[in-house]
Amino acid sequence: MPPSAKAASPALRLEAVGHRFRAGKRAVTALDGITADAAPGAITGLIGPDGAGKTTLMRLIAGLLRLDAGRIEVLGIDVVRDPLAVQARLGYMPQRFGLYEDLSVRENLDLYADLQGVPPAARAGRYAELLHMTGLGPFTRRMAGRLSGGMKQKLGLACTLVNPPDLLLLDEPTVGVDPVSRRELWQIIDHLTRTAHMTVLFSTAYLDEAERCDSVLLIHDGRLLGSGPPGSFTAEMAGRTFFATASSGRRRLQARLAGAPNVIDAVIQGARVRVVTAAASPPDADVLAPDLPDLAFVPTAPRFEDGFVARLRALNTAAAPAARPAAIPNAPVGGNGGGDMISVRHLTRRFGAFTAVDDVSFQVARGEIFGLLGANGAGKSTTFRMLCGLLPASEGSLRVAGFDLRTAAATARGRIGYMAQKFSLYGDLSVRQNLRFFSSAYRLFGGRQRDRIDWAVNEFDLTPLLNDTARDLPLGFKQRLALACALMHEPDILFLDEPTSGVDPLARRDFWRRINLLAEAGVTVLVTTHFMEEAEYCDRLAIMAQGRVLTAGNPEAIKATARTSALPDPTMEDAFIAIIEAAAAHSATEAA
Amino acid sequence: MWRQVLALIVKELLAVLRDGKSRMVLVGPPLIQLLVFGYAATFDLNNVPVAIYDKDQSQASRDLVARFLGAPAFRLVASLHSEQPIDDLIDSRQAAMVLVIDRRLTRDLLTGRPAPVQVIVDGRNSNTALLIEGYANTILSDFALSWGAAHGVPPPPAVLAMRARYNPTLSSRWFVVPGIVALLTQVVTLLVVGLSVARERETGTFDQLLVTPLRPIDILLGKGLPGVLIGVTEATVTILAAVWWFDVPLRGGLIALYLGLVLFVIAVTGIGLMLSSLATTQQQALLGAFLFMVPTIILSGFATPIANMPDWVQDLTLINPMRYFLVIVRGVFLEGASLSSLVSQYWPMAAIGGVSLAAAGWLFRKRVT
Amino acid sequence: MNQAVRRMGGLLRKEFLQIWRDPSALAIAFLLPAVLLLIFGYGVSLDARNVNLALVVQQPGPLATSFTSQFGRSPFFVTHSFQTIQAAEQAMAAREVKGIVWLPSNFGRRAAAGGGSPIGVIVNGVDANDARIIEGYVQQVWAGWLAAQARESGHAASLSIAVEPQVRFNPAVSSRDYLVPGLIAMIMTLTGALLTALVIAREWERGTMEALMVTRVRIREILLAKLIPYFLLGMGGMAASVAIAVWLFGVPLHGSLWVLTAASALFMLTALGMGLLISTFARNQFVAGQIAIITTFLPAFILSGFVFDINSMPGAVRVITHVVAARYFVAILQSLFLAGDVWPVILPNAAALAAMAIIFLGLARAIARKRLD
Repeated sequence: MPPSAKAASPALRLEAVGHRFRAGKRAVTALDGITADAAPGAITGLIGPDGAGKTTLMRLIAGLLRLDAGRIEVLGIDVVRDPLAVQARLGYMPQRFGLYEDLSVRENLDLYADLQGVPPAARAGRYAELLHMTGLGPFTRRMAGRLSGGMKQKLGLACTLVNPPDLLLLDEPTVGVDPVSRRELWQIIDHLTRTAHMTVLFSTAYLDEAERCDSVLLIHDGRLLGSGPPGSFTAEMAGRTFFATASSGRRRLQARLAGAPNVIDAVIQGARVRVVTAAASPPDADVLAPDLPDLAFVPTAPRFEDGFVARLRALNTAAAPAARPAAIPNAPVGGNGGGDMISVRHLTRRFGAFTAVDDVSFQVARGEIFGLLGANGAGKSTTFRMLCGLLPASEGSLRVAGFDLRTAAATARGRIGYMAQKFSLYGDLSVRQNLRFFSSAYRLFGGRQRDRIDWAVNEFDLTPLLNDTARDLPLGFKQRLALACALMHEPDILFLDEPTSGVDPLARRDFWRRINLLAEAGVTVLVTTHFMEEAEYCDRLAIMAQGRVLTAGNPEAIKATARTSALPDPTMEDAFIAIIEAAAAHSATEAA
Repeated sequence: MWRQVLALIVKELLAVLRDGKSRMVLVGPPLIQLLVFGYAATFDLNNVPVAIYDKDQSQASRDLVARFLGAPAFRLVASLHSEQPIDDLIDSRQAAMVLVIDRRLTRDLLTGRPAPVQVIVDGRNSNTALLIEGYANTILSDFALSWGAAHGVPPPPAVLAMRARYNPTLSSRWFVVPGIVALLTQVVTLLVVGLSVARERETGTFDQLLVTPLRPIDILLGKGLPGVLIGVTEATVTILAAVWWFDVPLRGGLIALYLGLVLFVIAVTGIGLMLSSLATTQQQALLGAFLFMVPTIILSGFATPIANMPDWVQDLTLINPMRYFLVIVRGVFLEGASLSSLVSQYWPMAAIGGVSLAAAGWLFRKRVT
Repeated sequence: MNQAVRRMGGLLRKEFLQIWRDPSALAIAFLLPAVLLLIFGYGVSLDARNVNLALVVQQPGPLATSFTSQFGRSPFFVTHSFQTIQAAEQAMAAREVKGIVWLPSNFGRRAAAGGGSPIGVIVNGVDANDARIIEGYVQQVWAGWLAAQARESGHAASLSIAVEPQVRFNPAVSSRDYLVPGLIAMIMTLTGALLTALVIAREWERGTMEALMVTRVRIREILLAKLIPYFLLGMGGMAASVAIAVWLFGVPLHGSLWVLTAASALFMLTALGMGLLISTFARNQFVAGQIAIITTFLPAFILSGFVFDINSMPGAVRVITHVVAARYFVAILQSLFLAGDVWPVILPNAAALAAMAIIFLGLARAIARKRLD
């Protein structure tokens, strides 16, 4: 194809793309009428929560799935008609890129070079370029399985790029990667489009990454919710975003504002509450909360997420659960009085020669929301599992409500609620059967059991789904059901392991609304997350990397450490990167 | 505590029965296997292809040939007129036996000299060869005795009066079908239980269980009892089929049978749970179950007697629960064995079950990923 | 073409590196067959030796003594004397003896007088096969005793037929010589299906299959790259099994090595093809594993003619055995080991194996798509 023709037409053209599959007995429409283009040489972001259809769309473009409706054209070639020709010119990095873990970096590159038909003569130069770009040069002989998460992603990218493709599909390459590696990945991608004029389709569930793209396709539930440059999403939100402050405490304030008229979004950000209004005017403080004399609004710049939330709210105004004032009954009181509900001192966990958690100490007070923040492999899940009694500690002491749960009597475990990282209820059982089982496991029987199941069904709007098989539920409902099961027995302490990963922004807000209410009622909450923005909701948090706590404190204090004249209002991610870099510099000077 | 365990059991059964595929694994293959194997696994001789070379062509020799062909065990594939095709027939497995009647048969019979009859057997299947020899010997000596009686030859000083106790017709189906009860019970129980913990580990629900107030003993009971329930149900269906479909006599008491059955299923459940707790993935659990299943079936006495094994292998089979249950199920079915005569079979299974269940309960908490 | 060769080269190198670095495949290919063959080779035997036999002699006499001493000389029996038939029956109920030979009190008198004195033989018929074999042994002892009597007394033989048994290929009628070749077939069925089903499941599980699919590689190249290394591994396991059979168990190998190799190759292709087919059908490794177990082990054990003679099965079941690949391989192996290159046996069975290999591999190729749905 002549280069002129290539430049004129879009690199990727989607026309009314549709795809269906079966989940259990139901037919699910994964994608419905997606029509969009991707300009050559640009980064197009494919943005949406888990289950929106991002991966399905990627696979359809790569010719790996049956196309049920519409037409996909890649570089002018019809994918259905000639998938091999398309595959020859496109690079695709699946979500879990298939690195052969028992092959070295070099051997993985060799394999993909062979598969993509790179002539041996051209390899040395190409490898050098890729290894330089990804910073993997020193590790060519290392087994891929022994690389860190970020390095694995970079190697996966390098393998995809061995033969430079014309169109590069990247399916959530930044999920679970630490912020430093994430920034490096973005630098590579920028470099590819700017210098090699590669077209990139980049999918992500992180809304803040949308702003780095040239153009965005926002999809939700298999439908295109909007497309255009990211600026167009934020532009329509101009003048509608504010910070609210009041002396009443941010959680109460947030709860107050969340359901208020003219307010479509209210989330905690550090000590303040970020408010998005329906109209381009600040909410009237006197009408909203006359009893809060010091309530004040300061305008702030809109974000991409605001546009997403506004569109979602417009979609389902009727079924917005967040508007309902929630009541968490029977606030747990009594027990150990005040003081620390969770206490961790010098906690260490080794797996063979590898130290997963290294001398970690922190305390969590009653009614506090405490966050463990870090990338995959930072040690937060290991810490979490030790606290829940699922894993013995190698050294150090830990107390949860005064017990070590690993050795404590069964009754002590009755005081905690636990929600695992991935959906871990019984997929074969119906919603009702799951509720009944978990309430029995927590020793609720008879009338009490009925009451609590009724409570859970009402509180989490599960009535229409009671007889559905849990496996086939939409992700947001799975997460609600999991929380309902964890709260069945009104625990004093709630453990949440990455509770909101992959859910859409509204479901995440709904989830945090409940968590806030629980904390207000005196429930102690320990939550792990790799969403920087979620860290803002915590009262205090600890940032972990390589098994160590790098810093701990309230969100404002942690962000303040990164405040410079060049960066007057740093984000949590800025702070995280600054802290990691400082720690790296520190250990470097120590070594020297 | 019992209500918690009951909730676990209900959950476990629902998880198995709500899923169409698991239901299939429980019902389809066992039934098909019962029918196919019930008919296929036979040591009886039927339709053995034989060739006969009758050189004598006399009244006596025709009488002898008729005796062979009258037996359902043999099927004539060729009447020979020379020795030449014999090798080919045997080599190519067209005939498993060739009967060669010497030209002197009638003469020797009349003169009182032993008349030679050659029986050439294909020894590639040594068991069939032995059985063919046995059949042929019986037919030949019967023939000799009745010929002698008819022609006034004095009878031999003693004759054998053979009887088979418990299985008078020596039908191997009576031997094999009760064995299949044990075989299928083990396979199904192992497949259900052996994967249950590994599956929960893989989906993360096992962690969810461990953080509830459930104690390891509760989880053990909650995991084990459904396996026992399913195993006993499966076995009951097979037993009914053995009695009503295959007409195997059930001579002993049901109590003796079901005591053995329950102990056997408990032992298999314990081993399955143990394997399952050791495994981190379902794949590993499946492989483990498989590697356990193959030797325990082959070295159980199901097809080949344990008494024929060398001593060290016999010692090895002492930890195989199926070996004990096979004795019980065959004993109760055919011999009408009593509860007291089977004590020596009950207690080893109880011991295996106890040890493996204890190990599984210990592994629940120890084994972490 | 050049590109295709390079792609295959890359895939093959990857496969061999993985096998080399991950011992589990090597273990399944070599260790598993060797261990199974050792245990089964020693453990599986149909030869009744040292059968416990109760002898009840109610009235001793010279004839009775000469008869019972005949049992003492037999290698098959270990005799135990009982005074009464009741005591012997109790021993049988307690499974201490498998058979009873009973000389009633009038045995000596009747035998001396007119002959035809009955000797009671009772065997435990639960294990019908064992019981038949024991009956056969008793009959041999009896016939031997009659002949000896005739020689001693100088009378004409009382049994007028002299059976001249001749067991071809396995004169000692050793069940090990017959079972070991069948065991090899069964074990290779297992490892063949297990190897492919597991390695392909692993590619799906780790997400590497998705990454492979989107490259220029063809589906037939992926299948071939799986087939070749595991074929070689399987043949290695086969060689190890044959070596054990010949050198450790002393099973004679009358056939030629090249026929054995060719037949094994055909069978390996069938077994691997079946594994490939299962894993393409059921991408879910769990289902794949279950199918592999249900379709390989038990049928190969019961329907292949390895222990149970196919000729004796009812017609409908005999039809079913035709789809069990092990059946053909068992037939070939038994002939190759014990008889030699018997073409009338080898050719039709090899043709059947080839047909099955083509069907399995063809189906796998037809069903496998470069697609994820």
